[in-house]
Amino acid sequence: MRALLAPRTGGLLALAIVIALLPAVLPNNFYFNVAILVGLNAIVCVGLNLLIGYAGQISLGHAGFFGLGAYASALLTGSYGWPSLAALVVGAAAVGALAFLLARPILKLKGHYLAMGTLGMGVIISIVLNQEAGLTGGPDGMPVPAFEVWGWTAYGERTWYWIVGGTLLVTTWLALNLIESPIGRALRAIHGSEIAAEVIGVKTERFKTLVFVISAVLASVGGSMFAHYSGFITPSEAEFFHSIAFVTMVVLGGMASIFGSILGAAILTVLPQFLAVLHDYETLVLGAVMMSVMIFLPKGLLPSLAELLRRRSL
Amino acid sequence: MSALTVAGLSKNFGGLSAVSELSFTVEEGQIFSIIGPNGAGKTTVFNLITGVYRPDSGRVWLHGEEIGGKPPSALAGQGLTRTFQNLQIFFNMSALENVMVGADRTAETGFASALLRLPAVRRRDAGAGKQAVALMERVGLAAYLGADAASLPYGALKRLEIARALATRPKLLLLDEPAAGLNHAETREIDNLIRSIAEDGVTVILVEHDMRLVMGISDRILVLDRGVWLAEGSAEEVGRNPDVVRAYLGTEFAGSADAA
Amino acid sequence: MSSQFLQFLISGITVGATYALVGLGFSIVYNSSQVINFAQGEFVMIGGMATVFLMAAGAPMPLAIALAVLLAVVIGFALGKFAIEPARGAPVVSIIIITIGASIFLRGAAMLVWDRNLHHMPAFSGSDPIDIGGAALLPQSVWVVGGMVIIVAALQVFFSHARIGKAMLATAFNPLAAQLVGISTRGMLLLSFALAAGIGAIAGILIAPITLTYAGVGIMLGLKGFSAAIVGGLGNPMGAVAGGLVVGIAEAMTAGYISSAYKDAVAFLIILAVLLIRPSGLFGRRESERV
Repeated sequence: MRALLAPRTGGLLALAIVIALLPAVLPNNFYFNVAILVGLNAIVCVGLNLLIGYAGQISLGHAGFFGLGAYASALLTGSYGWPSLAALVVGAAAVGALAFLLARPILKLKGHYLAMGTLGMGVIISIVLNQEAGLTGGPDGMPVPAFEVWGWTAYGERTWYWIVGGTLLVTTWLALNLIESPIGRALRAIHGSEIAAEVIGVKTERFKTLVFVISAVLASVGGSMFAHYSGFITPSEAEFFHSIAFVTMVVLGGMASIFGSILGAAILTVLPQFLAVLHDYETLVLGAVMMSVMIFLPKGLLPSLAELLRRRSL
Repeated sequence: MSALTVAGLSKNFGGLSAVSELSFTVEEGQIFSIIGPNGAGKTTVFNLITGVYRPDSGRVWLHGEEIGGKPPSALAGQGLTRTFQNLQIFFNMSALENVMVGADRTAETGFASALLRLPAVRRRDAGAGKQAVALMERVGLAAYLGADAASLPYGALKRLEIARALATRPKLLLLDEPAAGLNHAETREIDNLIRSIAEDGVTVILVEHDMRLVMGISDRILVLDRGVWLAEGSAEEVGRNPDVVRAYLGTEFAGSADAA
Repeated sequence: MSSQFLQFLISGITVGATYALVGLGFSIVYNSSQVINFAQGEFVMIGGMATVFLMAAGAPMPLAIALAVLLAVVIGFALGKFAIEPARGAPVVSIIIITIGASIFLRGAAMLVWDRNLHHMPAFSGSDPIDIGGAALLPQSVWVVGGMVIIVAALQVFFSHARIGKAMLATAFNPLAAQLVGISTRGMLLLSFALAAGIGAIAGILIAPITLTYAGVGIMLGLKGFSAAIVGGLGNPMGAVAGGLVVGIAEAMTAGYISSAYKDAVAFLIILAVLLIRPSGLFGRRESERV
């Protein structure tokens, strides 16, 4: 029973059950579409939480990696006829390599400076995607071929639901494993006190680089899948605002909480869909939600909720 | 062989000399204390030895091997670690996990095996956990095995830092004011703990304001004044030294209460 | 060639003066609260939009401008009071999210109260360009640069002579000591938000006749003002002014000589370059971490 309540086993089981049972209650493709977008955002946010929540390094530029992954898949499959899976992997590897090169200088920065550095990085990526119209179609965007593996084509919301759901489950499992390992402890130690981590033998620079690369690769994979699923992408995927959306999901759900990230992604993906009804108020309400959660529940939803439950049960 | 040799160490901050031309040697197995009035540069010496600061000039040898310019994490791998004057606890982790980070040989953990939680990682985790529990018991924190670091009282946090440092299996341990802010009984416990660490063969360098603790425990004492070597010797020798008396009477009377 | 260069220089200085004012706001707020206010750009938007709509409602231009600045000041004060103050001591990430949330909120409110369209504001004193060595100088550019110079001078006097200005400076240098001598650091925080909002609004009003204004105009202007503050060294107001001019001129030169498509990237490349080479900014002092 105790083992089931531990986040690694219990939480993972709960997530698997939700993913398995959700299709039974989703009435139509509109809802499937929302669920898929939740899953894709959650994949990115799990990675981003490793960076922000666990290792304590903020990034306001991860949509840049998401966009690069999306365009890598679009270009390699569409313009060069690569197999989808190869494009996804090569895109992720290239984004990982870029993140590796950027990590060392950028992660020397702390706090607001790091926020600005990553912001600048993301904005530059988005400007490049906008301006290289010959390659990317510019602001008008470009179509993306369907995802195809060994002659089988992923088509339709229901198929994508299972692909994204499965990927999210695996990503969550790997992330939970990582944070429970010595590497995960090293990351959290860096968040707690970088100097203390150093003097007890944690090579902080190496681990910061590692987690930056992991989060970038997950963003890229999320971007690739999004590109194939939606069939059409624009540079707005890489925009500053999109980076902010990812960070907000992480912080809203709860820093240093893997399942919090999934919850945050779910809320902030579902909310605008329904706010769309009150089209004019959408931006206003989103801003108000961001502010009030941070002011009143600074730890984020899931950790605050867990604390409440723990206090009740004591 | 000497555990640590420092020769001609100097450091300036914005033109102000914090440490100047400092040389000393610490023999293996000693408890070696560095004392001096506030602003004498004791913590700066620690920061220079452990690679937190880069010296402007001077050289440092650890067990005969030159260590100048190496990052703190590399020095930890060579058996040199420290605690901090103002606590540097990982408040986002449990008390036990704080110590486990010290026990983890993080550099040796494979990324893929950590991701997949292969048996090797599980064994390593269990080993680090067991070691951390033993160390927490040793420093007297058995009551906090399941606690979040943030919930520990101040005195316990001081000992948690020592347990975390011991978890790295140091050969040379630098303790920066381990008794600061502790009451009389707690100071006695720290005193005993330091002695038992030294008995295990760990060389200890101690910076401390509590003179009774220093005088009772130290094999050798180095006195610094404004970053400069003032005197060195046994507790008795240092206590008789007129320069030391002058330095302390001149400044310590006025400001012994605040541990800058 | 040289008249072309002059032309680029003029437009660089004009837009740079706007960045300088926005950057100034960032620095003032950062000094008194250690907060980067990502909503700073929205005050630029509020200044421009409020003036346009007040004028459309029949207010004469000077009155519209005064009311617009007042509106921004009130909103800035409210932002400090109701969003930043309750969250003091929260981690940097949380504060960043709060100010970004505020920025989105204000943008949403502007779309609701006003609209989503582009608006033109008439120039203050005609729009016939003045010829200087073959380059055209818009009278409004003189207003922008002149306005910036006057504000900077006024702030200089404020910080060095006014009691309350000196109190703000003291708070920036050492909040604890300031508190001990009886300065309300809380009050200084609110004052800095109000002051920065007012300066941002003035920047928005000055530049609006040249660039048009709309509800979303604050994002880019805010980010570029931020890069001005970073270039100048975060928390160094006069550095931010110099940083704004550097960014503005670099942008205009890039647009003129290299590629207008990449002019927006310049500010961010400069941010990265400055951060990576000299994180304390071109005019900031270096600090070393104490342990």
